[in-house]
Amino acid sequence: MPASLASGDPHGTSSLIRWFLLLLLLAALPARGQDFDSLVPGLAGGFTQQAEAVERLGALGDPRALPLLRALSESRLLRAEGGVRVAPDGPAPSGPEVIRINNRVRVALRGALGRLQLVSPDPAERLAAADGLLRARSAEDIPLLEAALAREAVPRIRAHMELALGAARLGSPDPAVRRAGIAALGGTASPEARAVLLAARGTDEALSADVNAAVAAIDRRLSLRRAAETAFQGLSLGSVLLLAALGLAVTFGVMGVINMAHGEFVMIGAYTTVVVQEALRASPTLAPWSLPLAIPAAFLVTAAIGAAMERGLIRHLYGRPLETLLLTFGVGMVLQQVVRLVFGAQNREVISPPWMQGTLTLPFDITVTQNRAWIILFALAVLAATFAAIRLTRFGLEMRAVVQNRRIAATMGIRTGRVDALTFAFGSGIAGLAGVALSQIDNVSPNLGTSYIIDSFMVVVFGGVGSLLGTLIGAFTLGVVNKLLEPWAGAVLAKVAVLVGIMLFIQRRPKGLFALKGRAAES
Amino acid sequence: MRRLVLPGIVALLALLPLLNLLPEGSPFRVSDFVVSVAGKWLCYAILALALDLAWGYAGILSLGHGAFFALGGYAIGMHLMRLIGPRGVYGHPVLPDFMVFLGYQELPWFWWGFGNFPFALLMALLVPGLLAFVVGYLAFRSRITGVYLSIITQAMTYALMLAFFRNDMGFGGNNGFTDFKELLGMPLNTPFARFVLYFAALVALVGCFLVSAAMTRTKFGRVLAAIRDGESRVRFLGYDTLRHKLFIFVLSAMMAGLAGALYVPIVGIINPGEFSPANSIEAVVWVAFGGRGTLVGAVLGAFSVNALKTWLTSFAPDLWLIVLGILFIAVPLLMPRGLIGMLRR
Repeated sequence: MPASLASGDPHGTSSLIRWFLLLLLLAALPARGQDFDSLVPGLAGGFTQQAEAVERLGALGDPRALPLLRALSESRLLRAEGGVRVAPDGPAPSGPEVIRINNRVRVALRGALGRLQLVSPDPAERLAAADGLLRARSAEDIPLLEAALAREAVPRIRAHMELALGAARLGSPDPAVRRAGIAALGGTASPEARAVLLAARGTDEALSADVNAAVAAIDRRLSLRRAAETAFQGLSLGSVLLLAALGLAVTFGVMGVINMAHGEFVMIGAYTTVVVQEALRASPTLAPWSLPLAIPAAFLVTAAIGAAMERGLIRHLYGRPLETLLLTFGVGMVLQQVVRLVFGAQNREVISPPWMQGTLTLPFDITVTQNRAWIILFALAVLAATFAAIRLTRFGLEMRAVVQNRRIAATMGIRTGRVDALTFAFGSGIAGLAGVALSQIDNVSPNLGTSYIIDSFMVVVFGGVGSLLGTLIGAFTLGVVNKLLEPWAGAVLAKVAVLVGIMLFIQRRPKGLFALKGRAAES
Repeated sequence: MRRLVLPGIVALLALLPLLNLLPEGSPFRVSDFVVSVAGKWLCYAILALALDLAWGYAGILSLGHGAFFALGGYAIGMHLMRLIGPRGVYGHPVLPDFMVFLGYQELPWFWWGFGNFPFALLMALLVPGLLAFVVGYLAFRSRITGVYLSIITQAMTYALMLAFFRNDMGFGGNNGFTDFKELLGMPLNTPFARFVLYFAALVALVGCFLVSAAMTRTKFGRVLAAIRDGESRVRFLGYDTLRHKLFIFVLSAMMAGLAGALYVPIVGIINPGEFSPANSIEAVVWVAFGGRGTLVGAVLGAFSVNALKTWLTSFAPDLWLIVLGILFIAVPLLMPRGLIGMLRR
């Protein structure tokens, strides 16, 4: 590594040390010039010879040794003409040609396999090896780990190797090396490093101050990470609430119509996702796009149901909010039961596209699931689109005009009935979008909506009826508060506490955080 | 003629369980099943009366009356559990089975006194009344009305449902209470017990009806109706609307608690499902269908909707929720005054 030597890279130096050590090791060998080919037959020898061969093969770092040693440890290595061969896959081989091992060889194998895996071309092997060495915590592994670190490029594996290196250094007889190990472990935010440090504290009186400082540093980072993860979970719950409540903010907030069937619209949006996915399953080109395609489909389906409901039923009950509430509840019941009869009561499966699966690692090792991160983005996008539709379009202008003064709007030539239908369709369509998002994180079943409806009403009441900003802040506040309370109150009590909190809150602000005047406001 | 309608209905209801005494095979014989179902309906009718007092007369649409009903049921359920005594599966002399199972060492403080029937009955009225007082005071004081109040009450029963589903609440978790043995020294699940419970419910229904009817005719009742129709005006006229609404809401909750207390010995089980918001809203449809603002309508609605439910679920259970949904849709649109309104026209 001339480049790293010239730049004074510490890994370069450690690499030099490694070669030096290897040279020493080779010099110490009884028979000089032994290489891979000459070591292999030793695996078939007596136990002492086997152990020696295993150790040397491990030290050699030749990847060809890995399958042989693994086969040996699994009793699948067979004696062969002038050496050994690996038994073919299948049932465990038997007979005199199977090479047997004893405990001493097993111990040697464990170390050698760890060393060899450390330089394996397969990242998963290297990761497993680093974790194996972390458990071993042996100072003898220091040069190996340093060498491996110098070659490692994958950050996640590097982190594990650094952890293993720190732990190995703790076992060194040299206090300076131990101190360096403590410092390295203290620089991480891993519970494993904390456990290693705590184990070392008892054995090493002189360094206990360093250990305590390192543990404290880890604890600080861990609690920070926990806080960040709680915040993310809260944001995730908040984004779900936001999606579910946005449509309500339009229908309830803007039109003053309380739509108890809103949860069922969300559920229908989720079922639309299922239907779109199943319809596109046959087509290999369209199938990966089923989720993006479900977004407009769900919007249109629920918007159409909403428009039909407004024109056919709700229109006749304007000015009678309690009757509207009962009627929409009935519509919700019918929709839910019809879906149950058509699709069955059991959960339907929705497959997440590959780009939504798995987890995402943010700085400080904060892991978040991809689908929840996407839903947060989606919720914010839907909020922005709703805001734009209300503020920037002709339809939004007419809608606001009708809310402010229906009769004057009508005299200005606005067809208020049409605006009502479109507004209700718009709010219902947003519920459908919420359903698409929920299909990714919740069970798609006929009562999907029921579990969200009360919470989303709470969001709207808390945030202030008719205010999008209030809905945004209300949703995220409730989400984060819920998740903050959960660790010490449990999920159910947290929910109960939030409900009670809202009831007390509206004592002080009966109209919610952001009160708005309109048809919904008491005249 | 009209004066005879109500006594006639009561007489018919009183006659029903007597027909159960007829010999097996007689064409007029009423089966045991019908007697216990009719007993259930009587309790539902009391709940409907309670809801109608709040909604039909004072305009307070509570979507949480099922919570008061369930709390009353739990109070009596606790008494029935205490009466099981050492006859439980684990044979513990004091603790109910679920507490032994969950490793309780002694009876929690909120179970004290429930071995005593008058105390349990008192609690079946006081606990719902107290909850209604607190929720009602907070809501009415900050002038939460209409749909807001409905949502708050729905959230209340939802929160209680979640809480009662928890095992460590000390109320049996999602299994609730069942396997009752006796009440007031009378073994349950016998024809005699069915009679006694049926007549207790009938007497309670008639009593609640008479009290409600008398109250709605007083000046107090007229102020309530005025509050329903124009709360601000009543306030400007110098009436304390908070007190009126709070009184009727608490009374209504206690009546619902009484209904629950009568219901649990009849059906022999109480679990957190009784708190589910759907139960409360189903009670609203009884009142709406029968005709809100008329006491007879509430009772009639409870009987007719439940008769429809029992009949329909016996052969097409899948259809029941659709029919119920259609009732919710049709009643406000087509018959805003309910059955009574249609009959009177």
